[in-house]
Amino acid sequence: MEDISQNPVLIQAKGLSKRYGEFVAVAGIDFEVKKGESFGFLGPNGAGKSTTMRIIAATLNRSSGEITILGKDPEKYGPEIKAHLGVVPQTDNLDNNLTVEENLFVYGRYFGLSKKFINSKIEELLDFAQLVEKRSVKVETLSGGMKRRLTIARALVSEPEILMLDEPTTGLDPQARHILWDRLFRLKEQGVTLLITTHYMDEAEQLCDRLMVMDKGSIMAEDSPAGLIKKYSTREVLEVRFGSDRNATIAPELQKLVERIEVLPDRILMYADDGEVILHLLKEKGMHPITSLVRRSSLEDVFLRLTGRTLID
Amino acid sequence: MSNNLRQGSLHIVNVSRIRKRGALSISEGRIRVMIKWFWSNLAAAALSPTLYLLSIGIGVGKLINTHSGGVDGVKYLTFLAPALLATAAIQNAMDEAVFPTLDGFKWSKSFFAMNATPISSSQIADGILIAALVRTFFSVTIYGCTIYFFGGFSSLRGWLAIPTALFAGAAFGAFILGIAAATNNDDSFFMILGRFVMMPLFLFSGTFYQLATMPFYMRWIGLGIAAATNNDDSFFMILGRFVMMPLFLFSGTFYQLATMPFYLRWIGWISPLWHATELSRYFTYGHRLSGVMVLVHAGFLIAMFIFGLHNARKQFTKRLSK
Repeated sequence: MEDISQNPVLIQAKGLSKRYGEFVAVAGIDFEVKKGESFGFLGPNGAGKSTTMRIIAATLNRSSGEITILGKDPEKYGPEIKAHLGVVPQTDNLDNNLTVEENLFVYGRYFGLSKKFINSKIEELLDFAQLVEKRSVKVETLSGGMKRRLTIARALVSEPEILMLDEPTTGLDPQARHILWDRLFRLKEQGVTLLITTHYMDEAEQLCDRLMVMDKGSIMAEDSPAGLIKKYSTREVLEVRFGSDRNATIAPELQKLVERIEVLPDRILMYADDGEVILHLLKEKGMHPITSLVRRSSLEDVFLRLTGRTLID
Repeated sequence: MSNNLRQGSLHIVNVSRIRKRGALSISEGRIRVMIKWFWSNLAAAALSPTLYLLSIGIGVGKLINTHSGGVDGVKYLTFLAPALLATAAIQNAMDEAVFPTLDGFKWSKSFFAMNATPISSSQIADGILIAALVRTFFSVTIYGCTIYFFGGFSSLRGWLAIPTALFAGAAFGAFILGIAAATNNDDSFFMILGRFVMMPLFLFSGTFYQLATMPFYMRWIGLGIAAATNNDDSFFMILGRFVMMPLFLFSGTFYQLATMPFYLRWIGWISPLWHATELSRYFTYGHRLSGVMVLVHAGFLIAMFIFGLHNARKQFTKRLSK
């Protein structure tokens, strides 16, 4: 993949905050997104991801701080910014009164595009969203995955500079998620700038070049998925279960064997570069877990390290 | 395939054009939905007038026979036509302001999708209102033709009732649009609108005739329909078109405003229907009205339109930026 570090900056935020009375939704964050980059906001519900997305999309005013999108302030140049964004909101807001094709057409008209342009674009988008056979079907009869793909296709009708996806696969079954990831990955390959929020670590790993881990309105860390894992976790993780009664009592023993452990309600995570070696060591010392599993570290571990909590709780 | 999903918005999206024409794009989308319901819209536009005019043919025929000489110096139907058209315009504008707005904010949330485009919140409000008035114009024109067919226009001037009715629709539509945008609980909204707004507007705007002038055998219709439709919210649309309106007609509890007790007349004064009807009667057959009152009636509708649209834009902006 081409080097994007030299590309122009499309979004720049400094000390960006959003408060609702006493509640701080976004607490003074700084970030930059470059053209062609696939940038993700990873964090649990309520971390401030969607709020940040809405500020970028020029549909919510910030409380303080600075932000520019395509070099413009969204509070002064809302329509000028929105003209170059494709927005896929968390919940689909398609027009249920219209067919698949008509949804694309009408939305294109909102961008002031000519009928001729939109009609040729529709063919391409239906193909992209794998909805060619469903073109004349009313939206309300579509499955969740189809609606999601249509919402993404709709956001692409104006050939946006930046495609923003808020929780793109939440609520979809595994197969529908994989189809969607494949579609998004194609866009990424074409050099579309993607902005994604998710609380799924696998999604973040699949789609994002660079991630900002958010919690309670603040940035906890920022790097590539691999960089985050390298920085905040070990190469592997050994998951062991001793039964819910024994987990807590045995934990101090386990702590002596590795640099770091995490005691979860149902299991203990032992961080090590080689999990098999540690498992072997456990057995030598006469500690026999009921179940054990060696796996690679994931963003879930990064999040646990940074916040002391799991992503989905 | 899809190899030219290029990012070209910088080249293909023209923001200054959207600033000028964005509201029309919203209307275009709305009208596309209305066209899907063309035949039922046409039936609604033609059927309820026919019901009215038939009921009046029976109810009012008797009245005219008894008192021989019409009302206000003209045939009763000529007297009534402006009120009927204004009523239809207000009803149509209300439906097309309320339903798409509740849908856009609450049911399908499509307004939030529109708000993600370069179109402003105010333009969304404007677009919905324009589409509502296109529909209103369509319905009122068909209604006007029906009245013409029944001989309700005494001269060509009678057709002036159509633009006047549209004017009333614009004023009331704009007013209701802002209220609908501020409404979260749609069930109670319908109930309040139907029972406490629309009903008094029709009843106290000096539109129709007294129940006593109806043949006795017709009176049961009003009571029967009232009993059958008690609290059935799911058929609100059908009720509004085919039941509520005939209900008013066949129940015939209507007075001229001047014959009403003074403490009830204020309902007429705040009703756009009364102002539009007075104005329309003045235009269509020369109903006696002082210059000042012409200005008052027109001014009321203009003020309602301006305030309504201003408030609608404000409510749309507020709700979309929450």
